[in-house]
Amino acid sequence: MTHAATVHSLWTTAAAAPDKIPSPDIEYGQLSPTLIVLGAAIVGVLIEAFLPRRQRYVAQLFVSVVALAAAFAAVIGLAAGDYGTSKAHVAAMGAIAVDGPALFLQGTILLVALVAVFTFAERRLDPVVHGNRVDSFAAQAAAVPGGDAEKAAVKAGFTTTEVFPLVLFAVGGMLVFPSANDLLTLFVALEVFSLPLYILCALARRHRALSQEAAVKYFLLGAFSSAFLLFGIALLYGYAGTVAYSGIADVVDGQVRNVTPALAGTMGNDALLLIGGAMVLMGLLFKIGAVPFHMWTPDVYQGAPTPVTGFMAAATKVAAFGALLRLLYVVLPGLRWDWRPVMWGVAIVTMLGGAIVAVTQTDVKRLLAYSSIAHAGFILAGVIATTPDGISSVLFYLAAYSFVTLGAFAVVTLVRDAGGEATHLSKWAGLGRRSPLVAAVFAVFLLAFAGIPLTSGFAGKFAVFKAAADGGAGPLVVIGVISSAIAAFFYIRVIVLMFFSEPRTDGPSVAVPSPLTSSAIAIGVAVTLVLGVAPQYFLDLASQAGVFVR
Amino acid sequence: MENLIGLLVAVPLLGAALLLCGGRRLDGKGHYIGTVLAGASFVIGAVLFADMLGRGEHDRALHSKVFSWIPVGGFRADVAFQLDQLSMTFVLLITGVGTLIHIYSIGYMEHDERRRRFFGYLNLFLAAMLLLVLADNYLLLYVGWEGVGLASYLLIGFWQHKPSAATAAKKAFIVNRVGDVGLSIAIMLMFTTFGTFTFAPVLTNADHASEGKLTAIGLMLLLAACGKSAQVPLQSWLGDAMEGPTPVSALIHAATMVTAGVYLITRSGAIFNAAPDAQAAVVAVGAVTLLFGAIVGCAKDDIKKALAGSTMSQIGYMILAAGLGPIGYVFAIMHLVTHGFFKAGLFLGAGSVMHAMNDEVDMRKYGGLRKYMPVTFITFGLGYLAIIGFPGLSGFWSKDKIIEAAFAKGGTEGWILGGAALLGAAITAYYMTRVMLLTFFGEKRWVPDEEGHEPHPHESPSSMTIPMIVLAVGSVFAGGLFSVNDAFLKWLEPVTGHSHGDSPLSAAAVTAGTMVVLAIGVALAWAQYGRRPVPRTAPRGSLLTRAARRDLLQDDFNHVALVKPGQYLTRGLVYVDHKLVDGVVNGTAASVGGLSGRLRKLQNGYARTYAVSMFGGTAVLIAATLLMRAV
Repeated sequence: MTHAATVHSLWTTAAAAPDKIPSPDIEYGQLSPTLIVLGAAIVGVLIEAFLPRRQRYVAQLFVSVVALAAAFAAVIGLAAGDYGTSKAHVAAMGAIAVDGPALFLQGTILLVALVAVFTFAERRLDPVVHGNRVDSFAAQAAAVPGGDAEKAAVKAGFTTTEVFPLVLFAVGGMLVFPSANDLLTLFVALEVFSLPLYILCALARRHRALSQEAAVKYFLLGAFSSAFLLFGIALLYGYAGTVAYSGIADVVDGQVRNVTPALAGTMGNDALLLIGGAMVLMGLLFKIGAVPFHMWTPDVYQGAPTPVTGFMAAATKVAAFGALLRLLYVVLPGLRWDWRPVMWGVAIVTMLGGAIVAVTQTDVKRLLAYSSIAHAGFILAGVIATTPDGISSVLFYLAAYSFVTLGAFAVVTLVRDAGGEATHLSKWAGLGRRSPLVAAVFAVFLLAFAGIPLTSGFAGKFAVFKAAADGGAGPLVVIGVISSAIAAFFYIRVIVLMFFSEPRTDGPSVAVPSPLTSSAIAIGVAVTLVLGVAPQYFLDLASQAGVFVR
Repeated sequence: MENLIGLLVAVPLLGAALLLCGGRRLDGKGHYIGTVLAGASFVIGAVLFADMLGRGEHDRALHSKVFSWIPVGGFRADVAFQLDQLSMTFVLLITGVGTLIHIYSIGYMEHDERRRRFFGYLNLFLAAMLLLVLADNYLLLYVGWEGVGLASYLLIGFWQHKPSAATAAKKAFIVNRVGDVGLSIAIMLMFTTFGTFTFAPVLTNADHASEGKLTAIGLMLLLAACGKSAQVPLQSWLGDAMEGPTPVSALIHAATMVTAGVYLITRSGAIFNAAPDAQAAVVAVGAVTLLFGAIVGCAKDDIKKALAGSTMSQIGYMILAAGLGPIGYVFAIMHLVTHGFFKAGLFLGAGSVMHAMNDEVDMRKYGGLRKYMPVTFITFGLGYLAIIGFPGLSGFWSKDKIIEAAFAKGGTEGWILGGAALLGAAITAYYMTRVMLLTFFGEKRWVPDEEGHEPHPHESPSSMTIPMIVLAVGSVFAGGLFSVNDAFLKWLEPVTGHSHGDSPLSAAAVTAGTMVVLAIGVALAWAQYGRRPVPRTAPRGSLLTRAARRDLLQDDFNHVALVKPGQYLTRGLVYVDHKLVDGVVNGTAASVGGLSGRLRKLQNGYARTYAVSMFGGTAVLIAATLLMRAV
């Protein structure tokens, strides 16, 4: 059947036959979304190099928006060309899968990125400094916080317009991540989107020390988890003699075609498979933020500039869950009875852990971080279903959740006092009386997080829990519902705080954003309500897209 | 023609919307808008009636589907209307009498600054009642049913500044809710039994369902009817509802609201015909209520409350007739129509008297009014003669038939029911004569009101007297007209069916008996109130009199039997909720909070701790995976 099994992957072919290197056969059209985004990122770098400082902002914003929109159009074009269903196949010599889940997730990531870019470009929230409008990012990232160089940079009105190409690079990696069809492509994609994120985390204009600390922690722990992942890849190669997903799956199913002489001693050794599989899994669970690999999440979410946090929380999760789904459904389905119980455990501790610890949080960004951990647990419940409905429910949940998250973090950027964003919850008391619209919008997002009907959160949660229950994970659903109840407490508590508490006299004010952030928030609300009130069309779309190519 | 049916409901509904949302701009002309739209509805009804008469008796029913309301899988609910002879009768009664009451209210509510709102509610009342009788399925009927409940609540409590009115409105609403629960359960049972609640399939398939289910449905429908029609045991709201403005009482008692129960039972005749036990319950309720209401009516000194007792009693007659099955349906509806005329007339007359007497309602402080208010006296008097069943007047024709049908039930049951109906007729004659004598005859017993104004009785304005005259004409002639050639029977028979019972007494004997008891009743009242002067304050009276003044202890009974146990139950539940449920909930919350506080400490900010956690997690992951393979 498969392309990959007969042709071999690019990597194994090269290893097995060094004397005959075929010219790779690349389907540029099918890879166009990724290529557009990465190309635009390079254009962004060139802009930084050659355009005068004053013109960079507009040029970068233009390039980013156009590139993301064009890439999204390319995804739609591919989907319309049946690449998501009947023409789904493995492209680029077996490295990249072009199929329903890949296209659905790429489309989601691109839309999320597009909206996130709006929040990146916001320049109306901070007061004007020395006659210059400034954004959430440091004037000059390389300058020491509080040092003379920084003061000079601020005075000169520098802004870090590099954030736009950085985002585009990250998006490029994220587009590849869920469609990677061999382990090395997976790893490369992981690094391509992680490195720009590490840098972006360090770029906050305010509280720069906190931001840099977050970036370093994220980098260290990310490198740590990458090491595990890479080691797991090595072990899996030892087991299967290939890093291609389909090749490994064949070996797992007992259909070994070509035994590599050098690996004759290890191939088919189940210990390698189990240990390697667990390690690769761990690398992905780290990105998802599953307990106990979640501990970076609150610190990084809190320290990173809020637009970055929103982008990261939404898009990384989509990409990482896409990769996890492909790994479990394409590579390891034969191992279902081994990984399912383990994933049960992870899902349970993730749901409960995230929800319980969130109860005592006092910072709104940390609160949202723990909430994202709990949501990762809910999505894992859908992953565990191992049914087609499981796939489509996870796809739907990711799309719904990412827009709620983006919107919620965008609202956080608006509530400010003299020290920048006022993220301590006590300062949000009585916000509903002073800024009823902003508080109401935030309440909508919180209700969606809590999974209240008529919001996308309900539709998504219902879909994953239903898939999990149908897939034989009933107890998991019970725990999921209990966690939801606990989670509802702290979401509703914020609503109570906003609407039923006396406003503080030294409370924050709500900045009036430019149309950029306003439209990001408006899109978040619109998607939340549309997916909540009329989810059926999108559920159908997700279930059409829910078949992996192998 | 079908399209006009929807218009019938829409026109008064439009009036309600206009008047209630229109704001102050309409204050000056709101009552005209309301009245004209009610009248327009009557005209539409009349056009449809003329059209219906033009067709053969078996294809007179019209159907009109407006839109599909709730289509969910096998569940279908349409907003669709059905206009057959039964609905037509109600439409003419509701819109006709309703319009007259609108006209009357223009004068009666002249000095009320919320008159526009009042007319809005009246229009809403008409619209809801029309929806109720025009619906082609039980669910839409339920919508109208609830609308009637809402409108009655708003109107009874119209003078909300009086605590008694507010309380009465709430009481009416709550008691009606009990009945509404019955209707909703009946509808659910229907859906599970027949898979639909459209009249036609439900009623034609009624024979095929098990008798147990039909009995259950029938009893629930009866409960609903008891609520709306103020039948024992849900009668207690009717007397208190007199707190509303008098035109409201006329509307509730004559044209809308209380007739809904009779309509429901008659409409659901096929169900009751196939469920004899439910039918027996209907008959029992009717018989008990007709005596209950009559006895209460004897003891009341408040003219409106006396009339309220009489309504209860007359509706009891109708329910009794409806419970008799095909022998009685036609007569139930015929009595309903004639009653609509004379009861509306009596209430409007009572309102006219109150209008003249500074809103005094105590009949012991009336007396001798016939000289001062001749038109009211004559119209009220004709209504009086009609209700007691004076030969030739409306009530005579319809009530006589019911008594006859009760005897025709046969066996001991027939004798008991016939006896009760006869006794009821005697008591009716007694208390109505009493009302008549106390109000219009004898000495003047007027007293100045609280502010010292001596009443100066005068005839009411023509906007009030004309409706009274029209209704009086109906009270006199309607019954006779209906009985010419059995016109009414032939009109309604295709819908309700009709059978002649096997009466042990001849029709003439029944009529003669009725005349005798009527004479006895009138004579007794004359002996007590006509010959002797009437004291201004009521004498203590016998035990029965005192009980009847307290509505035969209905409220005391409800208090002891329902309110008290209910309070104990709620208190118990509140206690359990506080101690047990809240205890568990708060305990859980506290332990989650504590756990959260402790887990939070793990997050200490050191990257090394985080790395250890990841390392440990991976180790566990690997160990668990291997373990899974091993076991």
